[in-house]
Amino acid sequence: MASCLRRYGRRLSVSICEKRELSTACEGKVIQQQQQQQQQQTAKLLNLCSAINQALHLALETDPRSYVFGEDVSFGGVFRCTTGLTERFGKNRVFNTPLCEQGIVGFGIGLAAMGNRAIAEIQFADYIYPAFDQIVNEAAKFRYRSGNQYDCGGLTIRAPYGAVGHGGHYHSQSPEAFFCHVPGIKVVIPRSPQQAKGLLLSCIRDPNPVVFFEPKWLYRLAVEEVPEHDYMLPLSEAEVIREGSDITLVGWGAQLSIMEQACTDAEKDGISCELIDLKTLIPWDKETVETSVRKTGRLLISHEAPVTGGFGAEISASIVERCFLRLEAPVARVCGLDTPFPLVFEPFYMPTKNKILDAIKSTVNY
Amino acid sequence: MAIWFTRSRTITYYLKRKMGFMGILNQDSCSNSYFESISSSSSSSSSSRIPDVKNSSISRYSSAFTFLVHRFKSTKTSGQLDQFYSSDDENSQALDFPGGKVAYISEMRFISESNDKRIPCYRLLDDNGELIEDSDIDQISKEVAVKMYSEMVTLQMMDTIFYEAQRQGRISFYVTSVGEEATNIASAAALAADDVVLPQYREPGVLLWRGFTLEEFANQCFGNKADYGKGRQMPIHYGSKKLNYFTVSSPIATQLPQAVGAAYSLKMDKKDACVVTYIGDGGTSEGDFHAALNFAAVMEAPVIFICRNNGWAISTHITEQFRSDGIAVKGQAYGIQSIRVDGNDALAVYRTIRAAREIAISEQRPILVEALTYRVGHHSTSDDSTKYRPADEIEYWKMARNPVNRFRKWVERNGWWSEKEESELRSSIRKQLLQAIQVAEKTEKPALGNLFSDVYDLPPSNLREQEKQLRETINRHPQDYPSDVPM
Repeated sequence: MASCLRRYGRRLSVSICEKRELSTACEGKVIQQQQQQQQQQTAKLLNLCSAINQALHLALETDPRSYVFGEDVSFGGVFRCTTGLTERFGKNRVFNTPLCEQGIVGFGIGLAAMGNRAIAEIQFADYIYPAFDQIVNEAAKFRYRSGNQYDCGGLTIRAPYGAVGHGGHYHSQSPEAFFCHVPGIKVVIPRSPQQAKGLLLSCIRDPNPVVFFEPKWLYRLAVEEVPEHDYMLPLSEAEVIREGSDITLVGWGAQLSIMEQACTDAEKDGISCELIDLKTLIPWDKETVETSVRKTGRLLISHEAPVTGGFGAEISASIVERCFLRLEAPVARVCGLDTPFPLVFEPFYMPTKNKILDAIKSTVNY
Repeated sequence: MAIWFTRSRTITYYLKRKMGFMGILNQDSCSNSYFESISSSSSSSSSSRIPDVKNSSISRYSSAFTFLVHRFKSTKTSGQLDQFYSSDDENSQALDFPGGKVAYISEMRFISESNDKRIPCYRLLDDNGELIEDSDIDQISKEVAVKMYSEMVTLQMMDTIFYEAQRQGRISFYVTSVGEEATNIASAAALAADDVVLPQYREPGVLLWRGFTLEEFANQCFGNKADYGKGRQMPIHYGSKKLNYFTVSSPIATQLPQAVGAAYSLKMDKKDACVVTYIGDGGTSEGDFHAALNFAAVMEAPVIFICRNNGWAISTHITEQFRSDGIAVKGQAYGIQSIRVDGNDALAVYRTIRAAREIAISEQRPILVEALTYRVGHHSTSDDSTKYRPADEIEYWKMARNPVNRFRKWVERNGWWSEKEESELRSSIRKQLLQAIQVAEKTEKPALGNLFSDVYDLPPSNLREQEKQLRETINRHPQDYPSDVPM
């Protein structure tokens, strides 16, 4: 039954009726000039799932010591992100594991500690908790506790996160804040197909263990031009994806598309919003957010995870520390409610466009 | 359930492949309307994607199927459940199921929770160090035997002196291996230097065998600048990359699934080596133990799990830890060969681990070893075990079943050891230990920068900022900070 429920996620992901728009205004700064030129010639329209798939192909192709594994990854995965990998790279390098998250991550740590790139998939971020001990006490401290004799930097844990319209308690969660409290790991969340490919390749090749949360709502819905070649996007660098002067909005992952809609609507009311994609949650790019808030004097943070103890709280506190005298209004947080993620009530729970728009207005008019 | 299946094309596709794998679809006389309905719903909904599922799936997986059957046969050990596999030949009907045919019976029988007899314990030396008659022991050289004995004595003496150092307040914490010297040293002696060790924390003897010096042990316990762990972990959390010994971490059993991953790496590299990982009896209750055994079996990883069943997990007796016949019995449920050995018989442990290593590497599969032993010391220096266990029990294991004395008798009986050599060894080790402690104590602490390095490969901006702030605070309030940590 459990596995049925888990697989249910696949249906969830492909049968979403509500459309989300997606930001594509992201190129330019991050990709180098020459790459951009190449991209013009060889970019293709891809959804986020295929972009992930392409990144995994490249990772396996460019490093013979790289492995992809997790529950049901062998036949392509319940979200189809690992399609074609077993056929191409063989079942020694791409394989199913038993249904056991602590086993998957523990196995990945051991594999990575022997000098391999271990790319582990947790089927849903909602199921990552059995592996919490392995991530927090083991992966994150592996280098530090051994005095840099051993490390498991080759480990990347991929997990689909976030709302999908009808995922209920256990197919919708955004657990990123738990992992942002853990020195020694990196937490990365992409917002679009192009970002997903470049960031995932960076995570896989980064010499530190990374938890990579994929916005599963966007697996099929987000489509944009993705360069076919091998490219990496820098970690711990936020990106201003929309420039503005009245208020700074900070978010990550799927929430950015909602925030962008709010920015567009606010513009009609004459409010100029600056939108920042944080991309890497730890270690995060405080400077880019600080620079923006110094300019706008206002800050709004939005995420799907419950507001209390969410990563928005950390951003808020840090920016207040640094920009107290520049702030013209309290920092606003538009986030999930402090309830378990609900099924029928999902539309009420979510930090929707109009909740954000209201918060933008009340912050600007404070 | 059936309604559900027709809802997902992919799942139907997947299940059909699995069913083909089971061989059910292969039967001409497949009268099971259940599966037929799946197959028809699937072919109508996705015929373009899977033109001929039956044939393609079967041919695709036929080799895997043969492989599975083969594996099932080879993992069958001396059958403890034999009485259950009835000899009735009424089994003209059998269920073709992954892993092999399953016989049908009409009589309802529950599998017993235990066998009539407990799993026996392999040993070669009796309590007096006499070789058991007719034991088929390999030749063990004088050199190896004497080294084993010397290292057991060294471990015992290191424990005594470091324990005292803790009692005098010179180090903050210590854990002894008293009572488990044979399990430590003999298992290490049976391995090759290339074998990768993922320890729990009561196996310093393995590191000692591999050449970790008494100075290196002392440096770690004192957390000085020569400690490879840079003073970051409590005493006894040793680690040595050059000796293939992963750094100890306190959480119980977390190293086990990691050991499987490491073993998988050796397997992919076709190395002539295996991974060896240790666990106590209490640790077998952790989820990671079960995760690891299952993963190891499925991945066919060359890893040896050595469980030191020493009777006590801090104050929890094994009767409060599990209801199974110890640990060895758990192997079969995971499809892993297992053995129970007298952990206080150095010869038997040596021989067992040698054999386990041979199987693990040549057959590329995991092995589970349960060593019956006893934790003669307290759990740690923060524990007083007389509060929860009888003194005469400790005394019995300390004296009558002492593994070091037992092995000494055997080595002496062979004419390889004498009282003179004994006293020379002890006085030399004692001198080395006192010297090591003295030097380690005087060696300065790691510099402050080590607080911030190695969290990541490079310190990110938040850590650089925090280091700067901390240094400023130290300058303002130097009296708040230990003076022996260089800035």
